[in-house]
Amino acid sequence: MNADTLFEPLWLSVQLAGITTVVLMIVATPIAWWLAQSSSRWKPVVQTTVALPIVLPPTVLGFYLLIVLGPGGAIGSWWVELTGTALTFSFAGLVIASCLYSLPFAVQPLVVAFESLGQRNLEAAWTLGASRTDAFFSVALPLSVRGYLSAIALSFANTLGEFGVVLMVGGNIPGETRVISIAIYDQVESLNYSSAHQLSAVLLVVAFIALFAMFFINRRWKQR
Amino acid sequence: METTVNAEALIQIKYALRRENFALDVDLDLPLRGIAGLFGASGAGKTSLLRCIAGLERPATGKLVVAGDVWQDNSSNTWRAVHQRDIGYVFQEPRLFAHLDVHGNIEFGLRRREHNGAPDIDHIIGLLGLERLLTRRIDELSGGEAQRVAIARALLCAPRFVLMDEPLASLDQKRKDDILPFLDRLRTEAEVPIIYVSHNIDEICRLCDYLVVLDDGRVVADGALQSVLVRMDVPLLSGEQAGSVIQGTAKSYDENDDLTCLHFSGGNLWVPGKANVDGAILRLRIRANDVSLCRTKPEQSTILNIVPAIVEAIQPDQGPSMLVRLVLGADRIVARVTRRSIRELDLQEGEEVFAQIKSVAVRHS
Repeated sequence: MNADTLFEPLWLSVQLAGITTVVLMIVATPIAWWLAQSSSRWKPVVQTTVALPIVLPPTVLGFYLLIVLGPGGAIGSWWVELTGTALTFSFAGLVIASCLYSLPFAVQPLVVAFESLGQRNLEAAWTLGASRTDAFFSVALPLSVRGYLSAIALSFANTLGEFGVVLMVGGNIPGETRVISIAIYDQVESLNYSSAHQLSAVLLVVAFIALFAMFFINRRWKQR
Repeated sequence: METTVNAEALIQIKYALRRENFALDVDLDLPLRGIAGLFGASGAGKTSLLRCIAGLERPATGKLVVAGDVWQDNSSNTWRAVHQRDIGYVFQEPRLFAHLDVHGNIEFGLRRREHNGAPDIDHIIGLLGLERLLTRRIDELSGGEAQRVAIARALLCAPRFVLMDEPLASLDQKRKDDILPFLDRLRTEAEVPIIYVSHNIDEICRLCDYLVVLDDGRVVADGALQSVLVRMDVPLLSGEQAGSVIQGTAKSYDENDDLTCLHFSGGNLWVPGKANVDGAILRLRIRANDVSLCRTKPEQSTILNIVPAIVEAIQPDQGPSMLVRLVLGADRIVARVTRRSIRELDLQEGEEVFAQIKSVAVRHS
């Protein structure tokens, strides 16, 4: 097994997980804020929708995404018009799929953080002259750092380990969609157990480090 | 004391707020100077009224005019959001921001408000005794220290007035005693008007110049502290709470007996300890329970302060007690005596008596 077959999928996975995490932090923040603040009757519907990827088999999610993102699908055809390439079996398509798949892991910790923050600090900030947006960035966000750490670690680790959705939407294109979990499956299928061992060990270590970093930082935060 | 109505110096409030099991219905003018106390039992609507003024609560019908500026008027759809109202707000709990240190908290409002003439930061920090706490983290502060930081933070956003919602209620007596002197100094040294919510009559008598009594969402009495306290028709100001506040000056100090002689419109009063004999106006609090009445001047009594008075009004109080309003010179005080004593002395309105005053609490006015 040469270095490329090891590093290419690993690097692709890290890229995918990194970009997905960044996108998710931006997307999940307003959703989580709304869920924590709102008493709208649509709230349970949104809560359920966001949580669905946790219980849905990845293949089901992947199947629907394949249809929607495909060149004939609503989003896919628009993408083809825009860029001239298909979303399915591409890295961009994987990012979209991963964002949906990992959404609950980003939203949930943020909702918990925003809820525990409560109205009290916000009210104090308003009375001190901060607008609602200002109060969010200067008070709510810094007080929710631990929630963001959890959200980042969970989104990253979850995206790193996803398999079913990637296989359905992205397939197995080296350098484009063959992430580490697909590569492992590939090696096992071809009975290359030693390569599968190496890849698996790398994934294990990376996942461990990501979660450990989260718990470690979290604990340090508490002691401060 | 009649004050001329000048919209520049007033907060004009008119609110009707309905909640599930509570209604606030208030039409009130507050002076924009000194400390105005909002007094009432818990659930009377004090906090709701304060939150309405701050804009944290939006009453269905309401009008709020501060020194001529309209902050809210539903008839013309005027609404100023919380952050656009130049107020300071001190909550029951300090509500400090844990991600900032003391200095960061104090600066928070300072950086966000436009100031005409920057507030003197060092002065306020000194006033509240925060010099040594500035670099502390919020979780390293005691309850009393945290509340002092919260007060400084509210003062330093250079507000037109400060709203204080029972700032001492969450503290034990010792911490309260730590903070009260700072509030005394605020009253005399920081010239910002304060609206002070409390259910504690002692705090009100000590700090406030103006008094509003709220009951069940309505204003039952309002006016200068001294005149509202002796009204006797306000149930919340009767019983154990009954008492009065008058003004006086320290005249002389008797070193041998460690007593200070205070002068007021109705004569002299001796109080223990040494008060500043610099002519400063002092605030004298006399509880109704500490005043007893005699037809003739007692010749032999351990009570030092016996002053002539005229009975102005007699009114039943709770249980076996009666409240008697007395005129002493230009001042009025209230005595709480038993029904039986009134009957046995055959006390009538307009009669001359002697008031024995057992204790007087003295503060700078």
